[in-house]
Amino acid sequence: MKLAGLLLMVAGWAIVVAAVALLPSAVARAGFVLAGVATELFGLALAVRSHLVLPAEGE
Amino acid sequence: MTSLVVPPLSQVSAVLCLPLILLVPFAGVGLALINTGLGRARSAAHSMLSAICVTAVAALVYVILGFAWQGAGSSPDHVLIVAGKSWGWIATEPFFLRGLRLDLSPTPLVVLLQLFSVGLAAIIPLSSGADRWRLGAICASTALLAGCTYPLFAHWVWGGGWLAQLGVNCGLGRGFLDGGGSSTIQVVGGVTALSITWILGPRRGKFSADGMPAALPGHNAVLVLLGCMLAWIGWMALNSAGAMLFLGTEPGRVVLIAVNTTLCAASSGLAAAVVTRIRFGRPDASLSANGWIAGLVASSAAAAFLKPAAAMIVGGVAGILVVWVADLFEFRFAIDDPGGAVSVHAVGGLWGVLAVALLADAGPRGQWLAQLVGVATLLGFVLPLTYGLNWLLNRLYRQRVAREGERQGMDLFELGAGAYPEFDIHGDEFLQR
Repeated sequence: MKLAGLLLMVAGWAIVVAAVALLPSAVARAGFVLAGVATELFGLALAVRSHLVLPAEGE
Repeated sequence: MTSLVVPPLSQVSAVLCLPLILLVPFAGVGLALINTGLGRARSAAHSMLSAICVTAVAALVYVILGFAWQGAGSSPDHVLIVAGKSWGWIATEPFFLRGLRLDLSPTPLVVLLQLFSVGLAAIIPLSSGADRWRLGAICASTALLAGCTYPLFAHWVWGGGWLAQLGVNCGLGRGFLDGGGSSTIQVVGGVTALSITWILGPRRGKFSADGMPAALPGHNAVLVLLGCMLAWIGWMALNSAGAMLFLGTEPGRVVLIAVNTTLCAASSGLAAAVVTRIRFGRPDASLSANGWIAGLVASSAAAAFLKPAAAMIVGGVAGILVVWVADLFEFRFAIDDPGGAVSVHAVGGLWGVLAVALLADAGPRGQWLAQLVGVATLLGFVLPLTYGLNWLLNRLYRQRVAREGERQGMDLFELGAGAYPEFDIHGDEFLQR
């Protein structure tokens, strides 16, 4: 699950970079950057959540 | 390849910059003392030795290859052409600083500042791995930071890379702005600290079977608070020198930068003291110290742009954030971060970067989006890269000390002698056997 979270964070960053490099419209660019950041935060939450699960599994 | 120009540096700026840069190591000394004071007595010598080793490894690796990939903005870099625009992603300086004349011109001053800054970034994760991180692994992890993650991100921000080009290429304000290193130094160090806590796991005895954290207090509050004072000196110098070298700030604005840095730290430290007073009935020394440092961290990006009243707001928010986030990490997320490196440096640094967009007078429209792209890069690129590299290192060379080492303490187990041989230290009282 941590790997999934980290991959989701990378995917969110890819959305941000693509938006900045490819979109000419300021509004669309801002929208996609915000969507990318939201994806990253979701990935971070998943990674943090997996850290909670791992010690219990280890015990 | 492309070539960007480092902001011009007047003779006065260069002469003022040098002594300021020479004061920057005080920031590292301060953090090393804080890390040691917040750790346990039986790992105190290990903590200080780790700080020295980390500084040494970071300086060597940075000179060997780090600067070659970071550059100073005045030299060519590799670019990617996307939609007709060129984006710099890595510098092409020679290894070992070959061909660089070390005098008072901008590039050598950048090298000198970076030599200290990369050491500062590398000291940050030490507190998150306290009492369980092996010295050899610390040095290897530092080499990855100084040779890969730090120079790459610093090139993007300070070396004329794609984040710095957001203003020119996309009209996003002046591009990503961070004069003193809230992102490049503090957040990079902070996310490394988070990766290390995830990889090492909590100290034995920190969490009970039902997940409740035990209090493992630091052994010397005096060291912690002295560290705060020394760090303050280093931070004023770091913010001032960084603003002059990377933002082209006039020497006269050093006064404003020092005032803002101090106001951020003061309001942040006091905010943390007040919050802990309200929550626990008494101000907490270690959390107040963390608040002080979080204020310094948050000040770095924005100190050159803030009005003094705004600096107080930036600091006040940082102080409240650090207490709240430290609790959140420990009680809700089971992250054992003895010195609060993640909450202080990662969260405080991210807040500082965003404060440039929210509270600073940084320039034209679109600055908020440039800052947000920088934050996205830290979370979506630097954190996964740092975690991946340290995970790989852990597969090759186990980073966590053996169980016996945790029981004995890092001083005895790794160094063969304690820091306080004349004192009777009851080191086992918190351990579950």
